[in-house]
Amino acid sequence: MDGNTRLCTATAAAALKETFGCDGQPGSYTDVDDADVIALFGHNVAETQPVLWMRILDRLAGQDPPRLVCVDPRDTEVARAARAGGGVHLAPLPGTNLALMNGLLHEIIANGWVDRDYVGAHTVGFAELEQRVVDYPPEKVARICRITPQEIRAAARVLGHAERLLSTVLQGFYQSHQASAAAVQVNNLNLVRGMLGRPGCGILQMNGQPTAENTRECGADGDMSGFRNWSNDAHVADLAGHWNLDPLQIPHMSPPTHAMQMMRYVENGSIGMLWVSATNPAVSMPELARIRKILSRDGLFLVVQDIFRSETAELADVVLPAATWGEKTGCFTNADRTVHLSDKAVDPPGGARPDLDIFLDFARRMGFRDKDGAPFPQWHDAESAFDAWAASTAGRPCDYTGLSHAKLRATPSGVQWPCNVEHPDGTERLYTDGRFFSAPDYCESCGRDLVTGAPLDATRYRVLNPDAKAILKAAEYLPPHEPPTAEHPMVLITGRTLYHFHTRTKTGRVPELQKAAPEVWVECSAGDARRLGLAEGDVVEVATPRGALRARVRVSGIREGVVFLPFHYGYWDTSMSTGTGASRAANELTITDWDPVSKQPLFKTAAARLTRIGSGQGPAPAPTVGASRPVGDGVAATRGGRGARVQELTGAGEA
Amino acid sequence: MSKLPLVLRELHRSETSLGRTLLAVADRHHVEHEVFHLARDLARRPREHVRRLADVGHDHGLTLDPEPRWTVPDRVAAVLRRGGDALGRRPEPGLLLLADLRRLHRKAAGVSLDWELLAQAAQGMKQPRLLELARSCHPETLRIMQWSNAHLKVMSPQIIAS
Repeated sequence: MDGNTRLCTATAAAALKETFGCDGQPGSYTDVDDADVIALFGHNVAETQPVLWMRILDRLAGQDPPRLVCVDPRDTEVARAARAGGGVHLAPLPGTNLALMNGLLHEIIANGWVDRDYVGAHTVGFAELEQRVVDYPPEKVARICRITPQEIRAAARVLGHAERLLSTVLQGFYQSHQASAAAVQVNNLNLVRGMLGRPGCGILQMNGQPTAENTRECGADGDMSGFRNWSNDAHVADLAGHWNLDPLQIPHMSPPTHAMQMMRYVENGSIGMLWVSATNPAVSMPELARIRKILSRDGLFLVVQDIFRSETAELADVVLPAATWGEKTGCFTNADRTVHLSDKAVDPPGGARPDLDIFLDFARRMGFRDKDGAPFPQWHDAESAFDAWAASTAGRPCDYTGLSHAKLRATPSGVQWPCNVEHPDGTERLYTDGRFFSAPDYCESCGRDLVTGAPLDATRYRVLNPDAKAILKAAEYLPPHEPPTAEHPMVLITGRTLYHFHTRTKTGRVPELQKAAPEVWVECSAGDARRLGLAEGDVVEVATPRGALRARVRVSGIREGVVFLPFHYGYWDTSMSTGTGASRAANELTITDWDPVSKQPLFKTAAARLTRIGSGQGPAPAPTVGASRPVGDGVAATRGGRGARVQELTGAGEA
Repeated sequence: MSKLPLVLRELHRSETSLGRTLLAVADRHHVEHEVFHLARDLARRPREHVRRLADVGHDHGLTLDPEPRWTVPDRVAAVLRRGGDALGRRPEPGLLLLADLRRLHRKAAGVSLDWELLAQAAQGMKQPRLLELARSCHPETLRIMQWSNAHLKVMSPQIIAS
């Protein structure tokens, strides 16, 4: 079992486990309100979390605005705001994040911007970190990242002089080379600066969507439910007790088998049945030609459960129509641990059913039993499932025992876990007292080697961190696995636009969003465009060692040597077909490679080549809002229309 | 007469063999993406160790090759990869992978013991340069041991059960 989270923010979970011994967001969205420096690492918040960005914009437009540090190879709204407000924008070559982070930590330590008291009282591993980053002076890092040493020093100065530092991380780190090792260095940054557990001092290892958090805490990513430790027999026995199972019925011989490895097992025939629910691997996974071949394999029985007929559903043996939000009741927990209840508003259409109903029906028909022979699972609807889940979290970091559907219904803006007798109104931020969930008998994970991902055994962990401190883990930079070559001289990264979500199954059906970003495009810099003889809107071929696709070019503010493709576009609403040279999904081109620690696939480190095919008619079909803003004039601005206007009436006749 | 040169020569030999094994395992298991990429990443270490051993060997009257041949010729590697790719769609290579990881682990354990021998001798004979060399290289050998062990544990249930 694994979740779409594997492709999205598995690295957030991994980085938190490495540093704090346990998943769980340290900070809160309210830290935005108090921070004097907000550092965004590979986090284009303006397009991935626009509501959070609105909160940051409020600060930027108010009194005493925070300074921003932005690490992104694209010229995002965040990058522009950083430069405009006296902050720093760094645009390193993709694949070099760890070198950059080591360089920033080098400057922080060398200049004495370390909170020695905090480090001494609340962390282990500082000596190793110090020794590791000594090898990363700004001049060396600048050569690796292809930026200037002055830029690195300037960014370090802003971080080093921050009084309330909020750091956030997303796909620019999570989906890139040495993902977890780099994300861990962001945790290290806040720890060595002693910036944690106070208003404005926080870490947000971001999620792409609220369900990612639930995937992680409930164990739908294969981890043990309730942040339990698979290598701790007492934890497994405790969970088995809650579920009334024999511990042997809960597989815990090794870390969970991740989605990329599952595909490999399907490929070699040792998995014969795959059940894909509410995600779309035929567009979202890397190296699509391989994925299609795997999903179409004769020996595979493929079940797809979705609200639309997706590209993956086209390959299925059985399709189960599912209900969407608003057609079912259930909870979401967002990136800062806030739990919300989403009540059912309307009935699902036709024979569509809520995912939970489908799974429970399957369990009953299969005759799953607990150890006393009673039907398993014991719950029968959303509320009884929630109550069983809440009960099973007793004493764990993500303690939900103070929550119920009734309480959440009475608290429409949500409650942050842990919520229990001790914290009846929830908990705004974790680790306020410098105590962590990292005690050897309590931690979710004993950690992994940051280079190989090999799990540490409990005995070694006990020696490393006997007193439940935060762990400063260091790692050396290694070059990416597919560096640019003479044949493929550029670096391809894939990513998002404000107007679409995931593989567009929903947003592609919203006319206004579809009009804003109707078709795939490719971005390159003005310098590369000049060198390659490209003009805005020209048709180009983008090629990597896996394949090629055609798209119109947007000349944008992206750094030189880097090509960007949005990954949203698949085939359900186009006459294009795969394998004809007219494909359009970015993942036709991406490499099969994943971070050894988080097992998250790397979508942002492939060698690529751009070739002009001919002129297009007019500009590229890319939005002018966000990082895809054109550098030249003459492109009509992306705007909403009358059709997008909404009037909402609340209360008795208020307008 | 000191047997230190003997220890250094043996380390040079065993590190070279470990590096070659890592690269060969990568080529043979090209379709196992994590094995392929990690084995190649890890092979950087024996390479570096061999260079440093050759360097330090001069002090002890040894001429050790700093750049021995690391890989089988490209043509052979391509055949290995093609073989691995073709077989990779069948279950039996799973057992081959387990055998390779097991061999790798034993080889790394041998190198680790060689570093122990050097560190012990360096302490006894008051050779700070050699002690520093062992201190910085040995953890990287242990990392290869730990990875091969861990990966064997992760991969084996599915391979054996299917």
